[in-house]
Amino acid sequence: MIPCAMPRTEAHSTTAPPFRRPRLVPAGATLSEVFAPSGAEAAAAGFVLARLPRGTAPILWLQDHPAARESGRPYLPGLGPRSLLLMQLSRPADVLAAAEEGLRCAALAGVVAELRGNPPAVSFTALKRLALRAEASGLPCWLIRQAAAEDLSAARDRWRIAPLPSAANPDDPRAPGAPRWRVELFRSRSGRPGEWVASHDRTSDRLDLVAAVPDGALDAAGRAAGRGTLR
Amino acid sequence: MRQAARRGEAPCDDAPMALAAEGPHGPVIHAANRAARAAGVTLGARLADMRALVPTLRVDHADPQGDRAALRQLALWARRWCPWTAADAPEDSPAETHGLILDTTGSAHLHGGEPAMLEGMEAGLSTLGFTARPALAPTWGAAWALARFGPVRAIQAAAEDLDPLPAAALRLDGETLLLLNRLGLRTIGTLAALPRLSLARRFARAAPPQNPLIRLDQLTGKLPEPVSPPGIPEPFRADARLAEPIFDPTHHLPGLFADLCGQLDRAHRGARRLALTVYRTDGETRRIEAACASASRDAAHLAFLFRDRLERIDPGFGFDLISLEAPLTEPLAPRQPDLAGGTDAAVELAQLADRLAARFGKAALSRLAAVESHIPERAETRLPPLAAPKVEPADTERPQRLLSPAEEVLVLYAVPEGPPAQFRWRRRTHRVARYQGPERIAPEWWQDRPGTRLRDYFKVEDEAGHRYWLYREGVQGDGRGGAPRWFLHGIFA
Repeated sequence: MIPCAMPRTEAHSTTAPPFRRPRLVPAGATLSEVFAPSGAEAAAAGFVLARLPRGTAPILWLQDHPAARESGRPYLPGLGPRSLLLMQLSRPADVLAAAEEGLRCAALAGVVAELRGNPPAVSFTALKRLALRAEASGLPCWLIRQAAAEDLSAARDRWRIAPLPSAANPDDPRAPGAPRWRVELFRSRSGRPGEWVASHDRTSDRLDLVAAVPDGALDAAGRAAGRGTLR
Repeated sequence: MRQAARRGEAPCDDAPMALAAEGPHGPVIHAANRAARAAGVTLGARLADMRALVPTLRVDHADPQGDRAALRQLALWARRWCPWTAADAPEDSPAETHGLILDTTGSAHLHGGEPAMLEGMEAGLSTLGFTARPALAPTWGAAWALARFGPVRAIQAAAEDLDPLPAAALRLDGETLLLLNRLGLRTIGTLAALPRLSLARRFARAAPPQNPLIRLDQLTGKLPEPVSPPGIPEPFRADARLAEPIFDPTHHLPGLFADLCGQLDRAHRGARRLALTVYRTDGETRRIEAACASASRDAAHLAFLFRDRLERIDPGFGFDLISLEAPLTEPLAPRQPDLAGGTDAAVELAQLADRLAARFGKAALSRLAAVESHIPERAETRLPPLAAPKVEPADTERPQRLLSPAEEVLVLYAVPEGPPAQFRWRRRTHRVARYQGPERIAPEWWQDRPGTRLRDYFKVEDEAGHRYWLYREGVQGDGRGGAPRWFLHGIFA
């Protein structure tokens, strides 16, 4: 197990293939998907929030009605010092259209869209539009796919998340401590897929990733490539 | 009160009603309706005294600035009778002396003569909900006096008509009136009969409100007092007149927006509301409107607000005039783009809010803001997207997601006061592996209804690692209902 903190911003021009136009895009300024099975919706929200950049710029958070009904709405006192623009819409197509509008606005810190299930509006074409728009504007866009099957998608990074029993609480052995999740990057255009145990420290707002699978070959390959972590 | 009238809940005219303004020693009566005056309410009296006199008195806040603005609007509305209209509401004058002044020279015959015109004015104002006392006289001062102290719909025929009116009809201030009263000069006639020289000697250097001689001269027309009407603000409007009727305005819009934004740019203003009107060949008009969260004169942005709504125009047999208008504008100083070529974050956010509001409705987008409250569902509110939150959220551990309303769960526990051992939520059983709590949150007695029970919150974690926020409503034997119920209120990450 190699503990490592995840870098927040890094130009991935070094990993770009030669035929792509070399351009400095902040890491994560693309479309990412997180698949959250039923019961892991809050975990996905916590993980996405921890990956988004900090600062005073607001986050545009979009929900369709099934997602809001099943897993509640984001609750500001639990999110730390962040500013959030919330929009709850009834149709998944509206959520995608609003996300696209949000990605035109450079004053945002990022766009998060929560969709439940596999509605027909969430097609490969729609996600491709979002991905291109996110890369053109340099904003991170995260889709939280609640209780959804892993269909064909144009998202550049695709994650799977499941909750894990929390870390030990230093003050009270009977109480839950810092939250931990099993996160799996199962498809990625720029990074190496892998599986990690993520734990989030609330006081320092820090996300730590620990390799979940003690796979020597994977670790060795990662070290040989000079990267102990994803992206 | 204006809002109440718009909602159709205007108070009855027969109920005593008054407006109060802040005085040096607490609120004083600023205005009162006829029922209140009949019951003994006097202007300028203290509100507490008048409440003791008339216990059923309904009181609202006075808005002198709003009244003044409404009067200026009304003066423009009165241009239907003559071109020279102005609001007669000088600064630092009491509200009961305000009125409208119309110079109807040469326009009375268009309205069927002077008496018919006065009746028409009274009827027109009553359709707006105003009671009016019109009067017609050769000078401003005489019309002012007749409207307030003369007979109903008075028309001055001779100079002697004014003689029986009281001295208060001369637009003098309170101290001068008191002085004239003590001198026994109670009517205009007695004042006018005095030798001019003695009046001039007594009030040589006084300003017009303290000077009966000047006021008398204005009344009789010896001193001119012309009406100077304010100009109507030029509307921001761009028109496209077409040679042939068309069905689709799309190709003409960029030019219209560029024209309108050029006008706004020259006036250093930005549009808050926009209206696009098409004039159809069959005489009908069709109109679509859009609004901006903050003033803007960015042609591309404003055009975007209409992009998805043009199909809502019903062209009929085509239209040959397209008009783009900005009915509501605000001052907007020219802004220099920064050296790096970037744009202002506030402007970008406002434009995003506009685009989302144009597409999904005004209430769809909101900014979450913290509120100072311990009750979880009250600790957060929704503001308009451009409002700045004032309260920092408290640094206590709270779930990342909140269910609203909280969902009831079935709970097994070892002791009634203790933590849950197992609970059933949405037909699934969760065994509690670890818990934290209770955190007791008492009801807010100043706004909860009596009998509201306290809440004991527990953060629990089940064996699969799901973390939930449960609460027990009340405790056993608190005398506020039966056995306590359990609810699931939030989900931790």
